[in-house]
Amino acid sequence: MKAPQFDYVRVTSVADAAAQLRQHGDDARLLAGGQTLLATLNMRLSQPKVLLDITGIKELHGISVQHGYLRLGAMVRHVEIERSATVAKYVPLLTQAAPHLAHAAIRNRGTIGGSLALADPSAEWPACTLAADGELVLSDGSKERRVMAGDFFIDLYQTDLRPGELVTAVEFPLPGPQRRFAFAELARRHGDYAIVGIAIAADVVGGVLDEMRIVFLGVGNTPMRALGAETALNGTRGELAQVGEAVGSLEEDIAPSNDLYTSAETKSHLAGVLLQRAVKLLLNQGEPS
Amino acid sequence: MTDKVLTRIAVNGVVYERWIEPRQHLVDYLRDELGFKGTRAGCEHGVCGACAVRINGETVRGCLTLAVQADGAAVETIEGISDSGAISDLQHAFLQHNALQCGFCTAGMLLSADDLLKAEPGANREQIRAHMSGNYCRCSGYHAIVDAIETTRDSRRLAARSGEST
Amino acid sequence: MNDLVELHVSADAAASLRHVGQSIARPTAKRLTEGRGVYMDDIELPRMAHAVYLRSPHAHARIVSIETAAALSMPGVIAIVDGAQMAQVCAPFVGTLLHMVGMRSPPQHAIAINRACWQGEAILAVVAESRAMAEDAVEAVTVVWEQLAVVANMETALAPETPVIHPEFDSNLCFHRELDTGGVDAAFAAADTVVEETYFFGRHTGVTVEPRSVLADFNPAERRLTVHHSTQAPHMMADLYSRQFGLPEADVRVICRDVGGSFGIKVHAYPDDFATVGLSILLKRPVKFVADRLESFVTDIHAREHRIKARLALARDGRILAFDIDDLTGIGPYSMFPRTSVVEGNQVVNLTGGPYKHTEYRAKLDVVFQNKVPTCQYRGVGHPIACAVTEGIIDLAASRMDIDPLELRRRNVMEDDSYPRKGAAGILLERLSHQQCLDKLEAMMDYSALRSEQAELRKKGIYRGIGFSVLIELTNPSAAFYGIGGARISAQEGATVRLDATGMVHCAVGVGEQGQGNETIFAQIAADEVGLPLASVRIVTGDTAATPYGGGTWASRGAGIGGEAVLLASRELRANILALAAVHLKRDAGELMVADGKVWDRATQGPLIDFAELARIACFRPDLLPRDFQPELVVTRHYSQRDFPFVFTNGTQASYVEVDTETGFVKLLRHWAVEDCGRVINPMLVNEQIRGAVVQGIGGAMFEECLYDENGLLRNGSMADYLVPMSSEMPDIEVAHVETFTRTSELGAKGAGEAGTAGAPAAVMNAINDALAPFVARVTSQPFTPEKILRALDKIHV
Repeated sequence: MKAPQFDYVRVTSVADAAAQLRQHGDDARLLAGGQTLLATLNMRLSQPKVLLDITGIKELHGISVQHGYLRLGAMVRHVEIERSATVAKYVPLLTQAAPHLAHAAIRNRGTIGGSLALADPSAEWPACTLAADGELVLSDGSKERRVMAGDFFIDLYQTDLRPGELVTAVEFPLPGPQRRFAFAELARRHGDYAIVGIAIAADVVGGVLDEMRIVFLGVGNTPMRALGAETALNGTRGELAQVGEAVGSLEEDIAPSNDLYTSAETKSHLAGVLLQRAVKLLLNQGEPS
Repeated sequence: MTDKVLTRIAVNGVVYERWIEPRQHLVDYLRDELGFKGTRAGCEHGVCGACAVRINGETVRGCLTLAVQADGAAVETIEGISDSGAISDLQHAFLQHNALQCGFCTAGMLLSADDLLKAEPGANREQIRAHMSGNYCRCSGYHAIVDAIETTRDSRRLAARSGEST
Repeated sequence: MNDLVELHVSADAAASLRHVGQSIARPTAKRLTEGRGVYMDDIELPRMAHAVYLRSPHAHARIVSIETAAALSMPGVIAIVDGAQMAQVCAPFVGTLLHMVGMRSPPQHAIAINRACWQGEAILAVVAESRAMAEDAVEAVTVVWEQLAVVANMETALAPETPVIHPEFDSNLCFHRELDTGGVDAAFAAADTVVEETYFFGRHTGVTVEPRSVLADFNPAERRLTVHHSTQAPHMMADLYSRQFGLPEADVRVICRDVGGSFGIKVHAYPDDFATVGLSILLKRPVKFVADRLESFVTDIHAREHRIKARLALARDGRILAFDIDDLTGIGPYSMFPRTSVVEGNQVVNLTGGPYKHTEYRAKLDVVFQNKVPTCQYRGVGHPIACAVTEGIIDLAASRMDIDPLELRRRNVMEDDSYPRKGAAGILLERLSHQQCLDKLEAMMDYSALRSEQAELRKKGIYRGIGFSVLIELTNPSAAFYGIGGARISAQEGATVRLDATGMVHCAVGVGEQGQGNETIFAQIAADEVGLPLASVRIVTGDTAATPYGGGTWASRGAGIGGEAVLLASRELRANILALAAVHLKRDAGELMVADGKVWDRATQGPLIDFAELARIACFRPDLLPRDFQPELVVTRHYSQRDFPFVFTNGTQASYVEVDTETGFVKLLRHWAVEDCGRVINPMLVNEQIRGAVVQGIGGAMFEECLYDENGLLRNGSMADYLVPMSSEMPDIEVAHVETFTRTSELGAKGAGEAGTAGAPAAVMNAINDALAPFVARVTSQPFTPEKILRALDKIHV
């Protein structure tokens, strides 16, 4: 499977990238890690006329803490997140999820910006970004705007990105000392896209859950936030009855569909199981010092 | 027709300057243009791991990397890594445990195993299996590969300890 | 473990060093660890062109028109060839065998003419300077199709309202067979327990990491064809190329170097192979075809699509009285050439119930055409299915009768001292060791400890299961397999052993190497039987111009048949070396002996002369030898197994699993295999064959299925969607051996390549069902996905 022909342009700035995107429209694709794009091209599922290589744009790189946020540049690779002590300290949800992303060789190239812009509902980063209250930083070359994760993921592979815009970074508000995270997913084989996965965050004070974020991957066209489950669990100790109520409320908030191997009903069932297990995981973590 | 791109890529320590068609992935460039046949394509969609090469010291899927993206980089293939002697202990362990049969996946296995032992010198069997799960082998059933990596892990730890004590 | 200490102190000591039986590392594997293997795609020839095949996107469609003008004018395009043009150089072929009485299949062309019968069938060849250019041109070809009715459900393939794929036939039936010992109904009537169950097996495929690859090089000046081919059977391919293209076989050479996995996938003759050769003939230059991964999924043979209804009758004491099965299997639209697509089902009939003593057996087989990828022999060929049905229904009976499953098997396996004997299916068995293997397995796995652990964990809501399988496996085939059916597939094997001018031994064998270690075991045999160090032996395989005529690798025949040919030739060479030494030293041959590359004095135990010196004299100094003596230092011997239709092996496996009853996920905790393949030439290599084969069986049991929709379209034809086993989910696999030598050869070795695959799915299925026993839930449809397990547990109700 050899890719079709395309032109290749190395863009050196966000402004340049945005201008090229406006010029070429749908005929252009951004090339960041390329771990999804190049597989798609090799299979000739897509035939762009030009690839814009943004890997050299310096401002898209880097992990930093600034103004109360953990900032990950769009070009930050999965492996950098996996190994970052800074990420582990501030938003350990990402560190928990990272080993589940494909395999090491893929993580060496794939980027968080690429993953968020693709918005695959079965991917880890979109769900984690939503669960950790992440904000996407988008730029059209001259103006920057910020979009909350909940507003960014609109539908299947559809985001709030406008023509001529690219994701330049994702920023996570630094959580307080009482904040805990847990991640779990079910995949047939380690590294596969998950059948269903869950990313949760909560304040835990004296064993009581609050300010929960419960987000599922693989049960809808976007990462799905289980508001009903959050309501059922906020202010509780996450005991059997409350978790049961939370699981019961899931069908209002998730919309899985049948796929090749797993029915929607099974995915709903697995979502409930994961919720129970993730809450336990969360509560079993030691109180942060 | 699209324009070829002038690239300079160091492969196994030798710099090659070539005009490369953008769509050509790194595996095809290495094999067809430069004759490094040790890197192999098993699926061309990034799943089987047979195409492993190193770019600036990091193992990547050669089939999911455009050759033009390696411009200015240092690429190492199995030939170069093998000739350097850097993985001779792993290679020896693979042979002793018969951790390869047809050999087609072996370059990828060796590179992945080497990465693991560098990152996690004390990796246990389960961790070894988890890390190696990005490389498909149809012949071995994986057991002997895990054994070979454990043997190498142990000998490297022993060497490290005796190195410390001198 | 691997470095033999070479003793030079005495003749007897030297002679006692045996390589056969030792776990020696493969000398030829070293280069594979260095990236120095040579696989077919690595080979480049001058003016080599690349072929890409335009394949039908439809399961069944008439080709109305093909417009190629735009494609022909694209950069790098050399030629575009359709089925009619190809038919001018390549004869059609039919995949039938005479001894499969009543089977039928229509003629097939290398490139389809008029009609495509499966999604993936080639209808056009585009040849260009590079693969990428050829793919670009394929996109510019316009094909107008008229879609035809699709047969994609084997259950309804024979229904009167289902369209018949081939108008020359009255139905979609390819082959029907019945076997009946005559007393089955009486046995069921007299039984104390009757159990029934239906088993489903998902169609799946081999997924060799190196795809199918062929490079055809036709030299028009001499009308000689050389084909570089990643294949298991070079001589068979040479024969086929010669006859399909009307070339004398003497002018066809097939060269096979390193093969990146085969498992039966590469023992078949594909339309693509013939088409690529035809292109080389038409274009008068080398043409290379390497299947890419997406096209591999729709062109590599598929296998194992079966639905089997099974019944078992038992007496109160657990004695099996009768098996009764009804097997339906769905193949492709053509029976594969030349080995046919009915062998798998035929073996299910032959092998179900195989290890057991019952005398009543009835089996019905229907092999039906479908518009899906053609099917054929893939590692295990029917054994995994027969074993799963047999062992699954025995476990069902065990649980129904509250008899321990291991005990129930012990009561019914043929006793180790009861051979030779025939099974109920009429299969002649030389000598097996079921009892010994079961004892060894029980000890190895510490069965009682596992049962205790299982019971303890059940109290905590953790559900583990233990599953067994007992298997018989055919190896070392005689001509009963193909020869008698009219196929020119050799059941014999040849080996040529020669001493070179420096005293090293070269051995050329018709059986090749695909990673299992054939070259190593042949070297071990030659080293022992000629009498020289392993390091002084060189093996040549894979080249029809350089090796004796042989059958290649299939039906686990490499060690038993190829090895025997090597042994016989080596012994002759040793005798000839001894004769030369006797003459040269003016001694009686009986006073001398050969060992370690030298000839020794038996009495004094001291060395007299080495091979290098003997070779020097033979090659360069015949003047030193008596006028009437000519040294013959090259020997060829052949061997075919003619005592039994097949020499059966046996084995037993166990699987220990944990089922997460909330998610339906199964964790494979451990796997054990006891294998009796006769004399074990290299224990390490056999162990690794077993392990790889077990995991391949687990693949079919847990993960792999070619998923088709009702339009005959493959839904999961990529590595992302078709799930092959990867390292994380696989268990450690412990292997032990029992050695019951076969008396059909001097070597005493049987085959070992497929037994792992035969027994693994049964053991895993039984373990899962054992874990689910407290829930009165069973799964019988492979692969065992979480979806199916949750459904069995009634956690979901879809």
